[in-house]
Amino acid sequence: MSTETAEKAIKVKDTEAFLSKRRKKLITDPLVDDNPITIQVLGICSALAVTTQMQPTLVMALSVIFVVVMSNLTISLLRNKIPGRVRIIVQLAVVATLVTLVNEVLKAFAYDMYKELSVFVGLIITNCIVMGRLEAFALGNKPYDSILDGFGSALGYSWIILTVAFFRELWGSGAVFGVPVFDYVSRLFGEDFQLATNGLMVSPVGAFIILGLLIWVQRSKTGYVEH
Amino acid sequence: MQQSNAYIITFSVILTVVLGLLLSGTSELLKPIQKKAEELDTKKQILGAVLPAEQIAEMKPEEVNEYYASRISSKVVNINGEEVEEQDGVAVSAETVDVGKNYKKAPEDRLYPVFIFLDEGSEETALAYILPVYGSGLWDSIWGYVALKTDMDTIEGVTLSHAGETPGLGARITTTEVQQRYKDKSIYNEQGELVSVNMQKGEGKDYSEDPHKIDGMSGATITGDGVNNMLKNYLQHYQSYMEKIKEGGSKVAMN
Repeated sequence: MSTETAEKAIKVKDTEAFLSKRRKKLITDPLVDDNPITIQVLGICSALAVTTQMQPTLVMALSVIFVVVMSNLTISLLRNKIPGRVRIIVQLAVVATLVTLVNEVLKAFAYDMYKELSVFVGLIITNCIVMGRLEAFALGNKPYDSILDGFGSALGYSWIILTVAFFRELWGSGAVFGVPVFDYVSRLFGEDFQLATNGLMVSPVGAFIILGLLIWVQRSKTGYVEH
Repeated sequence: MQQSNAYIITFSVILTVVLGLLLSGTSELLKPIQKKAEELDTKKQILGAVLPAEQIAEMKPEEVNEYYASRISSKVVNINGEEVEEQDGVAVSAETVDVGKNYKKAPEDRLYPVFIFLDEGSEETALAYILPVYGSGLWDSIWGYVALKTDMDTIEGVTLSHAGETPGLGARITTTEVQQRYKDKSIYNEQGELVSVNMQKGEGKDYSEDPHKIDGMSGATITGDGVNNMLKNYLQHYQSYMEKIKEGGSKVAMN
């Protein structure tokens, strides 16, 4: 390729602001109005499974953010090269590679977390949010936009699972990030007083209940209705 | 747009090679760190059989290593309870014996590591003998460590781990709540037969009167059966060694 065309390409490049209104929307839309969990109802499996405690949930959220952003970027960079007939398997290969990388890094630097999350990190591959963003966005958009889109979707996923985990850990184990909040509160009321925890919250049923309540609150605020 | 088959195949091959190199490169790079993390985890599991979980959780990695080095003495025995120092010309140590790999061999050919929990500041007085166990749960392998008091009968504590039991059900074997049920149970009956300790079906019953039964895990009976089989199968291979210890009294014959 001659240098001339390269220069041209730069000139043609749009002069949109680094964080223009349209780009901000890419991030903010999936947070509430188009949330992957509460509106699109994707990624429910892991939302139920990993949310008994805050700490593993945070690691899971960070892993998903990394995988979605990086796979969106990779696929977007390759979008004009990927043969249409094998695009799904190409996406899958990229996602699987990224997920394996996350798993390897966790195994090396956070072994306890690796043991706790075990299969769920691997199952990010099957998280519909990841493949969904690749198909719906990254294949047809520029890399930077794709990064923002992936980041927004993953953030939408993250805050929901963190909220669910917060209530499940608080009510189920009486703690937040392993800090025994219930014990501290109970002490204020005297020696014999002890706030009770609810075992239901620790089981997957608890996640369904919290998630249901969350969707209810959200939809009554936004007025969103299923069609 | 429609690409030619040649293009698709070339693209796929290049993608595969690039991703493959990336993965194997990372794996090679991280292997030493992962190995260290695994060794530390094994030490934590071994110590977990004799120490409360909270105490281990508070220890830093160096403290775990230090504690392990000063309080655990290990050796490897064969099925006849004789100490093994080398196999096929290679020196063996309890820490490097892969119990999972040995599990695949015939019981007579296996190596059986023993971890001896020593009294503080002593190099001879044993407080407990920690024996590794290995078996199958519902989905995948399960393993653990059983700490026996010096009478080689009473259980001091256990740690149990699994590769892929169902979270919330079978995976509960890793919780202190379940593991604590084994404490102070005995593995030999009054006739001196090895009956081990059996997890029962159903949950919520009181088995404190029976030294060989413990409460089960609701919804995880098959994992529970797996644990029962694992304990019985694996502990029976240590019987000769146990006999030797019992004859020798509480003092360990250290070399």
